[in-house]
Amino acid sequence: MSTTTPLLAVDGIGISFGGVRAVDNVGFTARAGEVFSIIGPNGAGKTTLFNLVSGVYTPKAGSVHLAGEPVTALEPNRLAERGLSRTFQNLQVFFRMTARENVMVGRHLREKRGLLAHLFALPSTGRQNRESAAVADALLERVGLSAQADIPAANLSYGALKRLEIARALAAEPKALLLDEPAAGCNAVETEEIEKLIRRIADDGVAVVLVEHDMKLVMRISDRILVLDQGRVLAEGSAAEIRSNPKVIEAYLGTHGTREANLALD
Amino acid sequence: MPELLQFCVSGLTVGAVYALVALGFTIIYNASDVVNFAQGEFVMIGGMTTVFATAAGVPLPLAVIGAILVAMVVGLLLHRLAIEPARGASPVTLIIITIGASIFLRGLAQVVFDKQFHSLPAFSGDTPIRFGGAAILPQSFWVLGGAAVIVVLLWGFFNRTLIGKAVLATAANRLAARLVGINTSFVMGLSFVMSAAIGAIAGILVTPITLTSYDVGMLLALKGFAAAMLGGMGNPLGAVVGGLAVGLLEALGAGYISSTYKDAIAFIVILVVLFALPGGLFGKASVERV
Amino acid sequence: MGKLLSHRLAVPVVIALLVVALSFAMPSNFYYRVAALVWISALAVIGLNLLMGYAGQVSLGHAGFFGIGAYAVAVLPAQFGLHPLVAALAGAVATAAIAFLVGRPILRLKGHYLAVATLGFGILIAMTISNEAWLTGGPDGMPVERLTLFGWRVRGADTWYWISGGLLVIGAWIACNLVASPTGRALRALHDSEVAARVAGIDVARAKLTVFVISAVYASVAGSTLALVNGFVTPDKANFLHSIELVTMVVLGGMGSILGSLAGAAILVVLPQVLTGFHDYEHMILGLIMMVIMIVLRAGIVPSLAAFFQGRRNK
Repeated sequence: MSTTTPLLAVDGIGISFGGVRAVDNVGFTARAGEVFSIIGPNGAGKTTLFNLVSGVYTPKAGSVHLAGEPVTALEPNRLAERGLSRTFQNLQVFFRMTARENVMVGRHLREKRGLLAHLFALPSTGRQNRESAAVADALLERVGLSAQADIPAANLSYGALKRLEIARALAAEPKALLLDEPAAGCNAVETEEIEKLIRRIADDGVAVVLVEHDMKLVMRISDRILVLDQGRVLAEGSAAEIRSNPKVIEAYLGTHGTREANLALD
Repeated sequence: MPELLQFCVSGLTVGAVYALVALGFTIIYNASDVVNFAQGEFVMIGGMTTVFATAAGVPLPLAVIGAILVAMVVGLLLHRLAIEPARGASPVTLIIITIGASIFLRGLAQVVFDKQFHSLPAFSGDTPIRFGGAAILPQSFWVLGGAAVIVVLLWGFFNRTLIGKAVLATAANRLAARLVGINTSFVMGLSFVMSAAIGAIAGILVTPITLTSYDVGMLLALKGFAAAMLGGMGNPLGAVVGGLAVGLLEALGAGYISSTYKDAIAFIVILVVLFALPGGLFGKASVERV
Repeated sequence: MGKLLSHRLAVPVVIALLVVALSFAMPSNFYYRVAALVWISALAVIGLNLLMGYAGQVSLGHAGFFGIGAYAVAVLPAQFGLHPLVAALAGAVATAAIAFLVGRPILRLKGHYLAVATLGFGILIAMTISNEAWLTGGPDGMPVERLTLFGWRVRGADTWYWISGGLLVIGAWIACNLVASPTGRALRALHDSEVAARVAGIDVARAKLTVFVISAVYASVAGSTLALVNGFVTPDKANFLHSIELVTMVVLGGMGSILGSLAGAAILVVLPQVLTGFHDYEHMILGLIMMVIMIVLRAGIVPSLAAFFQGRRNK
């Protein structure tokens, strides 16, 4: 597949909660190797959109295609089998497991099944465990958590957990990766690390879809940006186009002067 | 037809007791997230204390008040000595603590009272009232009426009094309730005392019909728990409807299908309902927030 | 030392050493018998702990599976002349099949709703056992044919001590294998976050069903063993009080701790034996001890003590 065909294509997707259209007729495409960002004010529907695309919520309208195949309303685990992975805004970590084990869970799809082999610890299970642990250790190193591999996730810092979720998502070797606020709660240095990490993931040919509040990060890293407001698409384009789009400026700062808006979006 | 009416009345009578036990579960659960498996012991304490007090010559009204007070004190002690010290423990740990409390109270009753079955004389005699071909015990009206009065009083308490609203606020959001100055520990203690009183009243009212003994609590707790879940955990209306439904199902199942499988019939219906409505009859479908 | 204790084989080895060591300290047949009862209960509790402690799914109906195992070795040899071991195997297979069929709809429920559904299911089994007297002897129970292996009649409390102890070690070994395998990681993951587990590709419904069936088979095997040891079965082992007892053993010993399962079983089997000397005060003391343990060691005996000693060492 060439890099120009969309890996993830979302079309006219929508859902309502109690009569409120949380996401309404939203569509976008993300290509392999690009970073596609979704921004918008709080409550714009960014996380809900992620939940619709990743199968956590069932959309009432619209469709999702992954690598050209229809995957609308598939269960999250079926989507994972087809190459979609994600992280969570509000941390969905396996707190009782160590950092390494968390990432090993991400290898689930790549691991051999076979309950009897697991119950009786046949040699294949030991090999499988060592293999998954090796992949997990490599990924932990990649996100800078090697030293914390044996620490229970419950004892890790917020920033470390954000990176742990990325490592776990990468363990499945996804084609498309949805990152929900990966830099939330990170300081400047950590944010820079995250930026490099995301860039490298995209360079490996993954379609990265990013929801992020740190506008500086978004503007630097994104190939294209989608702006949501009240569940609808407000604008789409490159960082430069979004920065100068009057509708976006208004949505972010009301009708105040463009100077402040430019500052906020810079 | 008279047969059906007969079954319905006896079902509703037992169901009213389940409803009161389920209400007790609901009140404590809402205030503290604790599923109190010692709830049935309050019913036992109410019945047994009244039996032994009247046997010792105390007039019935005084014995009733005394029994309710005893249960309230036990409820308060249960909260202060067993639940409060374990604050912050996982729900499962708290449930096991209440099971321990249930075993302890059963043991205590066995020592303080005895291991025999006991009854009370019916409050308004034993002459059945003929109604539509069915013979209804006057005590049934005491049970149903008592349950109705309690439900109305509870409704008034929660909707008309400041303390009642504080309890509701605590149920809705404990942290927020604490932030606006509600003493949530007091609210939890209060919920235990109220549940104990409700359980004791149920026990006193129904003892003339069903007898009581030191170990009637566990089965009542399970039935009450099942009723609360059938209605939808945390929903007082659900608890009442669930309780009455379980009682009716048992009576109708015993009457028309099989008396040996009456408990099974109630549980089969509960299973079917939960498969269709995983949050109970009045439960809200929840959306997972991630 | 810590590394050694966290090895997959550490727990079964510790339990095996315990079984061997205790055998030197058994003053009489009565003690052998009580110890055998502990091993058997612990076997069922380990299975339930896989479901509760690792996968985070409660069952208040496991005594039903225990009862199926127990009555299989009573009924099948009496009615069809099956060898008790074949009967135990048939009981385990039947239990697995029933757990599979019932588990599908039931495991969609969560938390307290799952508790009440499993409770109802367990009660159905218990009622069937005590009401179908033509088959099961009803409330009075029925005798169990003695186990004979290649002409050797298995009898004596000490023999059963070793057999049930061996079964416990095997059960602990299998449980530890499972926990350390990809399937085990999937179970522990869905306990902490179902949605993250699903996103990681785990079929949550299937994983829950798998562990439900496994834990039911543990209960069934334990039930069969107990029936053979006692030479008699009664319906009370299938009823909800026994279910609650099993859950209590899990929580008391420690959710998610195989060694804790043994500790929980030991306490609730041995204590009543010790407390019979206190006659009427037996229940009071038992209830009190349960409450105190849970208040002081809220994560359960083994995990709480482990955390305590770890904390002291790190100071």
